Amino acid sequence: MADTDLSKRDAVPATSVAREPTVVVDDVHIVYRVHGAGSGKGSATSALSRIISRKRAAGVREVHAVKGISFTAYKGEAVGLIGSNGSGKSTMLAAIAGLLPTEKGGIYTNGQPSLLGVNAALMNELTGERNVVLGCLAMGMSPADVRARYQDIVEFSGINDKGDFISLPMRTYSSGMGARLRFSIAAAKTHDVLLIDEALATGDQAFQQRSKKRIDELRGSAGTVFLVSHDNNSIREVCERTIWIEAGELVMDGPTEEVVGRYERGERP
Amino acid sequence: MSTVSEPVSLSAPRGADAGLTPKQLADKYGLSVSGARPGLLAYTKQLWARRHFIWAFATARLVAQYTDAKLGQLWQVVTPLLNCGVFYLVFGVILENKDGFPPHTYIAWLCIGVFIFQFTQNAVQSGTRAISDNLGLIRALHFPRASLPIAFTVIQLQQLLISTVVLVVTVLAAGITPGKTWLLIIPALLLQTLFNTGVSLIFARIGAKTSDISQLIPFVMRAWMFLSGVMFSIQDRVHKWPHYIQVICNINPASVYMDLLRHAFAPIIYNKHQPAHQSLPPHQWTYGIAWAVGMFVIGYVFFWKAEEEYGRG
Repeated sequence: MADTDLSKRDAVPATSVAREPTVVVDDVHIVYRVHGAGSGKGSATSALSRIISRKRAAGVREVHAVKGISFTAYKGEAVGLIGSNGSGKSTMLAAIAGLLPTEKGGIYTNGQPSLLGVNAALMNELTGERNVVLGCLAMGMSPADVRARYQDIVEFSGINDKGDFISLPMRTYSSGMGARLRFSIAAAKTHDVLLIDEALATGDQAFQQRSKKRIDELRGSAGTVFLVSHDNNSIREVCERTIWIEAGELVMDGPTEEVVGRYERGERP
Repeated sequence: MSTVSEPVSLSAPRGADAGLTPKQLADKYGLSVSGARPGLLAYTKQLWARRHFIWAFATARLVAQYTDAKLGQLWQVVTPLLNCGVFYLVFGVILENKDGFPPHTYIAWLCIGVFIFQFTQNAVQSGTRAISDNLGLIRALHFPRASLPIAFTVIQLQQLLISTVVLVVTVLAAGITPGKTWLLIIPALLLQTLFNTGVSLIFARIGAKTSDISQLIPFVMRAWMFLSGVMFSIQDRVHKWPHYIQVICNINPASVYMDLLRHAFAPIIYNKHQPAHQSLPPHQWTYGIAWAVGMFVIGYVFFWKAEEEYGRG
């Protein structure tokens, strides 16, 4: 992997040069509030007794997903986030994107970080071509941009390799085809700070190769990349720095080899 | 990389920046708070930049609605037509409500009222769910959240424009000839759209916080419909009621817009040379403009105030 070595060049920078920060996470706490989670949740009598006894919001439970994480990411870095399921990685990513409000602390960014992914904006009932347009507009591209990129997106997705599928509704696609189209749309836009949540490997072998290449291109044009994944190999390939989060707390922050190695061996510092 | 043995923090600022706190570092390089609420003007600019998305989203939703149906988009015309039929059957034929109107005009008067009221009703209902039904979208992408309630109002408007075709046919079939007042349909609908957008924004914020409200809305809307004179003429009865109720009935925005559009579509009903005519008070346009502008401004600011909070669980 020639370009991987290239990307890791920055892993041991000179310690005396000031670097330009792109994402500053300063003692961040994030709390989810879940409605209707308490005991005796839905029953009408319990709801009534709650109202009568004026115990407000008994059905609301708080989930403290991120507990005081701080780090600073700099221009040109690719940072991996690892940790077991439910450790708060994706929550951290959504907070960096400004999609989840913080309870305490602040997240400062250079420009507007974007999550790689448009799944939520697409509609299965619509044709592939309409979804390409809709997805691009949802990411904030102008209609002129969309027209310019349209052909590239369709070609990259390879949807039309086996006939004219792009003019069929997305619900008729196989799951692989759908995933390929979604990735192609999402990867069409470049970002200053790019956030990727386990979207690397989709589709068949050939498409995986293409998408890895595309991610590298996006890395090249993005100032900073964050990658959340359970696939330690893709973290190793893409990131030179890794942050290990467990139960909402930062366990370790350092060079990928060291952190992922310890994570795999289960050695908490 | 295990050669890096001495623990160098990859987070700590180096060189000239060494020793700065994270906050100071962020300030020095001009980093902004992620997901912070922009100022009202900046927000409006962002929203304007997303106008193509709003339009595409609305159209896509409208198209996606009927893709499973065999008749497809035809339902957009058939549904309002059936609606008219049912209302006419109940209120025109069974309850014989039509006597007070110039001959054959009750059906037209009724259908205009039904469609115009439904326009506002749908704006309230879809506004309530605009945020809570699209949390996936909100948690995945960054865009001014007001795009959603506005997109839903655009959907309602597109639907209404299709219904308007049905209305025109109904009105012509009732023997009402097109006149200059038909030009007033456009400004009247624009005002109502503005009003609906404001209402939709208000209910979007309320619905995002308290999802219980969506259980209550149908009852409130039904009460509002019966009190607004959709199927019967308020004017024929209002003088018998206490003064404060008269005032409420006069400024009721639903009645105001229904009156404006009924007059625009079928001026004959408002012609004082007709027996049992309805009257259109001259201040009705003023009320219509005031409601539209007032509601839009209030709704827009009210929604924007909570911009950064939408999407929290």
